[in-house]
Amino acid sequence: MTTVPTTDRVALVRAIATQHLADRGALMPVLHDVVEELGHVSREDVEAIADVLNLSVAEVHGVVTFYKDFRTEPPAVHAVALCRGEACQSVGAEALYAETCDRAGDLGADVEVDEVFCLGNCALGPSGTLDGRLHGRLSRERIATLTEGWR
Amino acid sequence: MSARVFVPGDAAAASVGADEVAAAFEAAGATVVRNGSRGMLWLEPLVEVETEAGRVGFANVEPAEVAAVLSGEHERSIGVVDEHPWLRSQRRVSFVRVGVVDPASVADYEAHGGWAGLRRALSLTPAEVVQEVTDSGLRGRGGAGFPAGIKWKTVLETVSDQKFVACNFDEGDSGTFADRMVVEGDPFTLVEGMTIAAHAVGASEGYVYVRSEYPHAVAALRRAVDAAYTHGYLGQDILGSGLSFDLHVRVGAGAYICGEESSMLDSLEGKRGEVRAKPPIPAIQGLWGLPTAVNNVLTLCAVPMVLADGGAAYAELGTGRSRGTQVFQLAGNIKQGGIVELPFGVSLRELVEEYGGGTLSGRPVRAVQVGGPLGAYVPPEGFDVPMDYEALAESGAMLGHGGIVVFDDTVDMARMARFAMEFCSIESCGKCTPCRVGSTRGVEAIDRIIAARTMGQDVSAELVLIDDLCETMTKGSLCAMGGLTPMPVQSAIKHWREDFEREGADV
Repeated sequence: MTTVPTTDRVALVRAIATQHLADRGALMPVLHDVVEELGHVSREDVEAIADVLNLSVAEVHGVVTFYKDFRTEPPAVHAVALCRGEACQSVGAEALYAETCDRAGDLGADVEVDEVFCLGNCALGPSGTLDGRLHGRLSRERIATLTEGWR
Repeated sequence: MSARVFVPGDAAAASVGADEVAAAFEAAGATVVRNGSRGMLWLEPLVEVETEAGRVGFANVEPAEVAAVLSGEHERSIGVVDEHPWLRSQRRVSFVRVGVVDPASVADYEAHGGWAGLRRALSLTPAEVVQEVTDSGLRGRGGAGFPAGIKWKTVLETVSDQKFVACNFDEGDSGTFADRMVVEGDPFTLVEGMTIAAHAVGASEGYVYVRSEYPHAVAALRRAVDAAYTHGYLGQDILGSGLSFDLHVRVGAGAYICGEESSMLDSLEGKRGEVRAKPPIPAIQGLWGLPTAVNNVLTLCAVPMVLADGGAAYAELGTGRSRGTQVFQLAGNIKQGGIVELPFGVSLRELVEEYGGGTLSGRPVRAVQVGGPLGAYVPPEGFDVPMDYEALAESGAMLGHGGIVVFDDTVDMARMARFAMEFCSIESCGKCTPCRVGSTRGVEAIDRIIAARTMGQDVSAELVLIDDLCETMTKGSLCAMGGLTPMPVQSAIKHWREDFEREGADV
């Protein structure tokens, strides 16, 4: 992901929103595309989207803040998300999550560790994603191996 | 001639290395089909090689073992997969094609009985289709178990120029993955089921709401929808019948509550996924205030078979008022996790002990959570309950979406009760007070219990408080999130009170 100058960014966000104008309930698809393209939804993005979709800024802000996926800050370079659902807890996910949070710095310089509730991989837990890619049967050692390239 | 090899593209298989295995087979010159998973997840990556005797399976294959598999010398051969006892003893209806067909191929789908239900449905009037579904006894597989035929009849009989079909594919319950697997392994079944639904209720537009945690499924479904348009199974004048139906795939954004149908509708409309008060029911005022048939993935995936073979054939399976098959998902601390599809009525014991083979850790089973994060914890003494809607409800549990999560004897049930409240406090939409505030107070109360038990103090007053709180949440919440969170909490207190009264031994 590259840093986009503000004016270009507004133009890009407006273009994304315009592409979805014909869709019913366009806001969610627009926000997904903005996060996909630009990494997060900024305050200025919210205003641009509201303007194009003819919604109030409050409506768009309300939706952005309701859903976890629509992050409002730029992401870290690398991301770990570990499942804390019951099925993964039954095979030690809570300890793995706590430990990974504590040792995030060991995985790389700019790594964020987050929780997720169920990735649909409940028979092969503990599950998690590393830079968006799903992995099962995770352990501290396996995470260390899979993230070798991050260091 | 190069060997034809099946390497699942299913997310669970990929999570343990199937993509690397597929690449290694391609590099070795094999023709690779990325099928769905057979549902024997402990064997993944389960590679199948086409032979004259049938498709021979090799378990837990690693990239370095490709040559051994191709020469038939691999040591973990499980023989012809279709004859594997774990599969043979099942009654696969919704999952009959999953793992068998190439999910990217319309032709393969048709060769395995696909579109027969749609063709028959299009030869019937909408009312006749609704009648077939009613006769089948098919009930909503999302968890509520509402008769699908009655729901469809309401939508059909509600007069409107515009109606919708909406598929709830926001499978957020921990321990459930059947929706994901059926769509990744056999996506055309869902397309067919929704098209039949559209014809039955008079809808011209459909939406599938998939959770964003399922990128493999989103890709499989979008690919299937595109192919269905190309081949005339979606769009204008489907198969020359005059039916027009457009199907849209929409992606959620990380909110568990959007699996609640009215939250899902608000989310599809581009709003915060807040629960709606009922009435009006979605069948009368659903998406954008118009009549909408909202069904779960597995409900819609049962519809093609109901239409192809007739409602009576489906109703022959099952027990009591639970007709047809249920897709059970064995998960958690379990040796043989995966998909078990059987007629309703099988016992929990058979599922956990025989199919599941007990715990992965090898320790005794202490608790099983049935039906997701809002389902009850059941102790081994309760494992003989038959798995159907009514019998489970009578025993104080619920079937939910058919997820079964196994815990061994190291589980701390006070911690699990706390988690149920914590999960509710994180995922509550915030609209009603019993859920939003009740769950937060619940976490605090259980934290006090956990602190008190460490010091051997009396916790009975806190337990009374939790009971009161649970009653308020059960009776006062707008939807099942707040209304059913007490189920895991109270079942944990009921069956494992000792965990709340004293600190467990460190294991």
